[in-house]
Amino acid sequence: MGVTTPAGAATAAPAGSAPGGLWSRISAVLWRRPWTRATLLLTPPLAWFVLIYIASLVVLLVTAFWTTNPFTTNIEQTWTLSNFAQILGTPAYRTIILRTVGMAAGVTVVDAIIAIPFAYYMARIARPRTRTLLFVCVLLPLWASYLAKVYAWLLIFTHDGVLNWALGKVGIGSLNLIYTNSAVFIVFCYIWLPYMIIPVYAALERIPGSQIEASQDLGGRTLRTMWSVILPLALPGIVAGSIFTFSLTLGDYITPILVGGGSSVLIGNVIDSNIGIANNLPLAAAMAMVPIAIMACYLLAARALGAFREI
Amino acid sequence: MESPGLRTALRIWVAVVLLLLFAPIVLIIVYAFGPSVVQTWPLRGFTWHWFAVAWHDQAVRQAFLLSVKVGVLAAIIAVVLGSAVSYALHNFRFFGREGVSFLLVLPIALPGVITGVALNNFFGFTNITLGVLTIVIGHATFCIVIVYNNLIARLRRTPRSLGEASADLGARGWQTQLYIMFPQVATALVSGALLAFALSFDEVIVTVFTAGANFTLPLWIFGQLRLGQQLPEVNAVVTIVILLTLIPVLLAARIAGAGAVSPTARAAAVEDTGRL
Repeated sequence: MGVTTPAGAATAAPAGSAPGGLWSRISAVLWRRPWTRATLLLTPPLAWFVLIYIASLVVLLVTAFWTTNPFTTNIEQTWTLSNFAQILGTPAYRTIILRTVGMAAGVTVVDAIIAIPFAYYMARIARPRTRTLLFVCVLLPLWASYLAKVYAWLLIFTHDGVLNWALGKVGIGSLNLIYTNSAVFIVFCYIWLPYMIIPVYAALERIPGSQIEASQDLGGRTLRTMWSVILPLALPGIVAGSIFTFSLTLGDYITPILVGGGSSVLIGNVIDSNIGIANNLPLAAAMAMVPIAIMACYLLAARALGAFREI
Repeated sequence: MESPGLRTALRIWVAVVLLLLFAPIVLIIVYAFGPSVVQTWPLRGFTWHWFAVAWHDQAVRQAFLLSVKVGVLAAIIAVVLGSAVSYALHNFRFFGREGVSFLLVLPIALPGVITGVALNNFFGFTNITLGVLTIVIGHATFCIVIVYNNLIARLRRTPRSLGEASADLGARGWQTQLYIMFPQVATALVSGALLAFALSFDEVIVTVFTAGANFTLPLWIFGQLRLGQQLPEVNAVVTIVILLTLIPVLLAARIAGAGAVSPTARAAAVEDTGRL
């Protein structure tokens, strides 16, 4: 037995190390050359993003400078600024752009006002178990079907809906909110609220208790401490949340279609109808440059305020 | 530091906001059991009828199967590409690293309609026919960041010393990855995949532009809502969609901690340990 063991080991070792040897050689090469590892890992995802997503955005930008033949609706690849001139020169388009940006800003402000006290309670008063429960309770509506949420508000606002039924019960009479800008505004505030609460919570949660105590030691009362210490420290979180609320509102065209009337046309609706019915891709592309430009400025400002670390 | 009065006020605020967040979702589920063809409140009775109608509707079935197919494919692509980029960004410091993480967030930081119109235009430009493939490409592009958020939060929480200890004990690189690191991140990967599926299953803003003549379930619902047709059946379908988006999310929160279902990596890191 004593003799066969080394022999067995000797025969087993090469057999076992053949695939292991290849593996270990590959992993040794990869270990010695971290750059090879990094390149192997990064190439597929970067290729996906650059070849599909960035390429799409570049082609979109280029398309914005082309035009369509009004008779054949074919795209003519001649450079022109006419799409931008049309957008900036048409009062209706200017109104739509202002309405969209105003709506996005309003939704952001309202959501921040609702979210800050909520997030404050989550981060600084609730016990850990309640906190986790609240965290999940905020995120479930975020993940629940988008269309279901918009449709639910359609059922609430509609003439024979829940809202008018409730208002009738308390004797106020009925409100005709459905198919108005107000309806679109309320639905946006509702749908995007969780996107504001979560980053604000994450920012508030990180404020060290010692800083709040220091403020109190220096004579800061509750309101003063909140205004001068907590709010500035929560600001990057608020800005991070506002990226979502602002951008999601800028890019939505479904909610205006479902609960907004003919008057609540947003930038997204102009893009949508120029791709579908009007079949004028260059104009849609030029219109798409408006939210891209707005978001580019917004993201630069947000970056300066340190909001990217909060995403 | 908060006075009892302020605490009570905050508590009421939280309760009211929670009520408002959940009321519309509960309402739509309640509506699905209403017998009337006309959508009015209050409901007159209770029925399972519309679920049966939806079950036997061929268009709904096809749309449902397409949504599942797209969701699974998009989740697989997102997991492969998302985990590759997470590992690279976590383990290596290189020029443009910040740029890469910014690039990942871009599809959700830019307005949804932009991603939609850009892809639609791109597929037209490159003569790719709109179909299942283009829907999957669109969905995978914004699902990658979900997997990335989950995985990067977990990787940052995993001590490097684990891998070093494994190497000190003689494990080869791949053994350390497979037996030590993978079990550490496995639940984050599963939760990322579940969330990517949920996101894809429900997506409509980009899908409108990439689907061509195909109907995913959200596109079917949107079409019916737009025309105001078959609304009682839509109620039932929408209820099923709510359940099918929430089940993966609850599952993800259950297996990987509440932080896993956060839309931001920062908040994911805060609540990573919180269990339901």
